[in-house]
Amino acid sequence: MTTGSDYPSPPHFRKPLLDTPFHDRARALSQNDQFVPWSGYTTVDVFTTVEQEYFAIRNAATLYDLTPMVKYRVTGADAERFLNRLVTRDVRKLRVGRVSYVVWCNDDGHIIDDGTIFRFSPEDFRVCTAERQLDWFLDSAIGFDVAIEEITSQVAALSLQGPTSAYVLKRFGLEGVEQLKPFEFREFRSAGRDMMVSRTGFTGDLGYELWMRPEHALGIWDELMAVGRTRGIRAIGSQALNLARIEAGFLMPNVDFVSAEHTIRMHRERTPLELGLGWLVDFDKPHFNGRRALLRQKSAGLKRMLVGIDIDGNKPAHNALLYASPKDEQECGFVTSAMWSPTCKRNIALAILDAPHFDAGRRVHADIYLHRELVWERRMVAATVVERPFFAPDRRRMTPPADR
Amino acid sequence: MSRAWDTIVIGAGHNGLICAQQLANAGHSVLVLEAGATVGGFAANRAFAPGFHAAVGAHLVHQFSDKLSRTLELERHGLRWAARQLATTVISADGQLRIGGGQVDGANAKDVAAWRHLAARLNRFSRFLASINATCPPRLGTASFEDRWSLLKMGLRLRLLGKRDMREFLRVAGMNVYDLATDELADPLLQAALGMDAILGSNFGPRAPGTVLTLLSRRAGESVTRSGYSIPMGGVASLSNALAMAAQAAGVTVRTDAPVAGIVVDNDRVVGVDLIDGERISATRVVSSVDPRQTFLSLLGTQYLDTGFVRRVDHFRQRGITAKMHLALDALPSFNGIQSTQLGDRLLVASSLDHIERAFNASKYGEVSANPVMEITIPSLHDATLAPKGQHVLTAIVNYAAFETRDSLGTARDRLFSNALSALEAVAPGISQRVVAGEMLLPADLERECRITGGHWHHGDLAFDQFMMVRPFPGAAQYDSPIQGLHLCGAGSHPGGGLTGLPGQLAAERIQRSAS
Repeated sequence: MTTGSDYPSPPHFRKPLLDTPFHDRARALSQNDQFVPWSGYTTVDVFTTVEQEYFAIRNAATLYDLTPMVKYRVTGADAERFLNRLVTRDVRKLRVGRVSYVVWCNDDGHIIDDGTIFRFSPEDFRVCTAERQLDWFLDSAIGFDVAIEEITSQVAALSLQGPTSAYVLKRFGLEGVEQLKPFEFREFRSAGRDMMVSRTGFTGDLGYELWMRPEHALGIWDELMAVGRTRGIRAIGSQALNLARIEAGFLMPNVDFVSAEHTIRMHRERTPLELGLGWLVDFDKPHFNGRRALLRQKSAGLKRMLVGIDIDGNKPAHNALLYASPKDEQECGFVTSAMWSPTCKRNIALAILDAPHFDAGRRVHADIYLHRELVWERRMVAATVVERPFFAPDRRRMTPPADR
Repeated sequence: MSRAWDTIVIGAGHNGLICAQQLANAGHSVLVLEAGATVGGFAANRAFAPGFHAAVGAHLVHQFSDKLSRTLELERHGLRWAARQLATTVISADGQLRIGGGQVDGANAKDVAAWRHLAARLNRFSRFLASINATCPPRLGTASFEDRWSLLKMGLRLRLLGKRDMREFLRVAGMNVYDLATDELADPLLQAALGMDAILGSNFGPRAPGTVLTLLSRRAGESVTRSGYSIPMGGVASLSNALAMAAQAAGVTVRTDAPVAGIVVDNDRVVGVDLIDGERISATRVVSSVDPRQTFLSLLGTQYLDTGFVRRVDHFRQRGITAKMHLALDALPSFNGIQSTQLGDRLLVASSLDHIERAFNASKYGEVSANPVMEITIPSLHDATLAPKGQHVLTAIVNYAAFETRDSLGTARDRLFSNALSALEAVAPGISQRVVAGEMLLPADLERECRITGGHWHHGDLAFDQFMMVRPFPGAAQYDSPIQGLHLCGAGSHPGGGLTGLPGQLAAERIQRSAS
């Protein structure tokens, strides 16, 4: 077991946030200086307006700087066995050139983080995580012949999402990129630059993620912007992406769940079963972290679950408490993410509901607070438990995608 | 594939043998697998020079309960005693004193009275601790009636010490032995005697917090026998042999030279073990008397365990800093100011608490003590079979030697041997000329010879965070493990090390309860 950190020199304390390799372009395009820290980097929250950026995701093509996403390289004879014991899905089934969305749990079956695993070869993987995981990974590596290295700053990453994204990549010169199926990735070489492209994303739309060397970052950005101009390409920030991911029903760590490593209060941890991620848990594979606890929970039944709800009216139910009946004193759940979905024309939210209220079709009531010109108003609005995702266009899966 | 056993016990140390015997008595078919050529593990003999035999680890029996001896009918199985009720003589270059039979010779009247007073108090605490050591500790935070009842009884026993004693117990339990000894006693040799009892085999100097706990634990073990410090005929190995005989009489099969390569798991259940030579033996249950680290990380494998649990295994402190020296002497040595009748005593070479603390300092920096402290026996005085006629064996527990030495192992070994001889020479002038052969076993040697990770005398430090219901660590306390059918029964489990047999006995009780 070996490890390494990839920071040649740590950030200076006077400038604790690093710039990503795309920072110069982001700085130039930012119209309102809305930057936010993300995993030690300065990143853009909104370039122009959230609405403009959101509609670009659903109607054109968008570039999102993904570099701060934490990345680990996992190699070695036991890499597959190590990852299979770490995450709840069966990594043995992950073929070379494929990506898998995974979660990993502690001994109690509580989620520590979610992420993706890329398989480059039988013994070479990349794990992308929301938060830094070296400590957990290294302790999980005890007894396995595996090397774990953080490569976050060695790989610059861009997310190219939207219905015209395949067209942009083809125009960019990636031959055959339209043949990539969802969750597939391939290495491409274009104008002397190596680039890995995966058909993945956080928008629930047609889209790709591009992984490159930091020194190629600006050149690739400029070319994509140039070839995408006729297809309405624009840079987006985290806020617009967040709207798209709610429509897609994806979970955001520290919004929809808190990592078990960070919770302080009792019962604030979440298991994959409670987050509606039971399909990620494979009890038939060999032992994995949290398996025994999850089996116990499965047989005891769930006390709460994260579901999608469709709320009457058009007022977003941010942070709303949910009640079984409008007259109840005791709530039966709460909203974790909410928005008015312009594409679905529905008032949607992700919510944690206590048993038995989480069954699809159940009616609950959302206690919505509206802040209007310094005055708080309150609405008790009916809502229905519905299936996720809220938005799932066919183009998200279609291979090859429409050429437009 | 051979026949399927109800239970396989890994390791034929005294705890493994006792656990096997008890389970066989309860009707299990039991197979004991021992990696070495003989049974006994840390309590086996070692012919370190032609004709000279010494106990590889423990060289005195002083915590083996009379009740357990009777239950196991050890005398029927061949156990004879060469010596019982040995007194303790503390020696320094300046003087000596002798403790035994409730008497102290060589200290002034005031100190003797203080000693008696302190000993009486410690004995009451020890009996309380002994009652806890004799039961499977409860799990905390469970809804189980058994756990809650057991915890309640523990609290009740503490309360039954009486208000004054309970308060005093709670005051001293977390203290260090240095403070306790200097508070109560003035004589440096008496202080040193108390200090030695607290640190022998542990990873502490007398100033380390928790050394009153180790002292009380030792005395708790001693409170269950009336025999005091004893040496069996044939050496400590004879106790192990008698235990093996008792186990075999109960129907246990003992196989030596059968090192286990791994524990076999299927669908989260133990199904048997694989031997190094490739043989697979099936069993519904595997009980490991091997230390917890080796059991979980080497024999089982982390792929069957959760990361949080593996973390706890990895953090279990079990690096020994206690060494063992064996000397072959061509004649009986003479010690300064000690009558020849005292030579058969348990001899402590320690002049003061500061002497012990200074000796301890070396171990913190990857070194061996320049002036080590020692517990010495000359067993051949009681049992002539241990050495050629007219010659003698001297065995010494030598404190301290860092587990990871800064110098090479060989250099460190030679240095500690020569330091120990110099320390002996200071109290027994001329002894070096009597030495015809000798060996020093550093913790790393004990790890290799006895297959105990870290070569720790107690399979792991006895400290508050590795004690009772959290020994060795949560998830493996109560002799259980996360894997169904895998249990622990060694010194790594409650109540810990020493030739007590309690972990083995309590594990057997626990296994029977969970099976019924």
